[in-house]
Amino acid sequence: MLSTRYEVPQTVEQAVALLAADADARVLAGGTDLLVQLRTGAPAPTAFVDIKRIPAMMSVEIGAEGMRCGAAVPAAEIYENEALCSLWPGLAEATDLIGSTQIQGRATWCGNLCNASPAADAVPALIAVGAQVVIAGPNGERTLAVEDFCTGPGQTVLDQGELVTGFRIPAPAPRSADAYLRFIPRSEMDIAVVGAGVSVVLDANGAVSAARVALGAVAPTALVVEDAANALIGSNLDDVALDNAAAAASAAANPIDDKRGTVEYRRRVAGVLTKRAAKIAYQRAQERG
Amino acid sequence: MAKLHIETRINGEPAEFLCTGQQSLLDALRDALGLTGTKEGCTTGDCGACSVMLDGRLVPSCLVLAAEVQGRTVDTIEGVASGDQLDPVQQKFLEHAALQCGVCTPGLIVAARALLEKNPDPTETEARFFLAGNLCRCTGYDKIIRAVLDAAAEMRGDAA
Repeated sequence: MLSTRYEVPQTVEQAVALLAADADARVLAGGTDLLVQLRTGAPAPTAFVDIKRIPAMMSVEIGAEGMRCGAAVPAAEIYENEALCSLWPGLAEATDLIGSTQIQGRATWCGNLCNASPAADAVPALIAVGAQVVIAGPNGERTLAVEDFCTGPGQTVLDQGELVTGFRIPAPAPRSADAYLRFIPRSEMDIAVVGAGVSVVLDANGAVSAARVALGAVAPTALVVEDAANALIGSNLDDVALDNAAAAASAAANPIDDKRGTVEYRRRVAGVLTKRAAKIAYQRAQERG
Repeated sequence: MAKLHIETRINGEPAEFLCTGQQSLLDALRDALGLTGTKEGCTTGDCGACSVMLDGRLVPSCLVLAAEVQGRTVDTIEGVASGDQLDPVQQKFLEHAALQCGVCTPGLIVAARALLEKNPDPTETEARFFLAGNLCRCTGYDKIIRAVLDAAAEMRGDAA
């Protein structure tokens, strides 16, 4: 058996060089997907490129412009960050839903995104707050919206030699907030049947002036549902607006049948969760007044 | 391929071992260092039997590469008692009979201590959620949770 090399780049440039030179090398962040895939029979990579010794990959910076979060910051460090939790409660609650306490000591947003599971919890929450993903590669850095990163289950836009270095999240507007809800048939330790991330901005009269709605686990990749957001905009979240948003979310859902839920069930739950997450985001935004 | 030489600190003492690039921290602890208190359950991060502290954070040692602990700090179940003096969590597991086969027990004790370090006065719900990644197939969990909450009370100095 060929032995897998363990590489510890100290800079992003070194990581890019290692990945560019070897198509079968894999980035190791938390390892909670990558190492599980190996244990369950996936072919071993030629090298693990551990990005956790690169300082920028491990740091969270929050300022007037928003947040820059390094790719390899573990989930536990994210939801233990009080400033982050108070600015982006939905993002924090999605992160706190990923796996067990042990997994949260390792798992990262970048891994959740790069694993490209349709059911990833952090992804709809990141999309709802307008997060950008920062990618480094042999041709320099590029940035794109999180919703444009995954192209299918297990598939991403990353080219050889590229890796995610972090996320940029704009500061929340005044009178705005986010929320994330996930439905699973048990109370903990399961994969989303449906996930819904919603953010809303309120005007001075308390009406929704802007909104984003993102759904997970109901399509090959997380969905941005503009029709649902548009149903909320202009309303004070009355029942008609909520029902229209729910209907738009159900209509946008394009799920599969599997052991976690049928197509019909997932469509319905997508609407229900959209409505409930919108209510929570709205209430949080009002409280921030 | 030459093995990697890793220097680290385990339970407060300097330690070194050889490993391959693919080997897990769990394997290094058990096979290279003889620290067999940390148990192998699923090897896929689902069961919590291999829980250890890495730089003060609870992690599944099956999903940590051995090579990753170079220059870092690992704490295992072997470091929990002080000589013959059991930790309160260990003592309460015995008093409440919170174990049967014992395979989940080291991971649960390491995880319960991590909980109490962060939250000295957890509710039952908080304790159950925090420990949801530690699977026990014998006890039905009630005795474990009672032991953890009782240990918490004792560590806070509350009368039982």
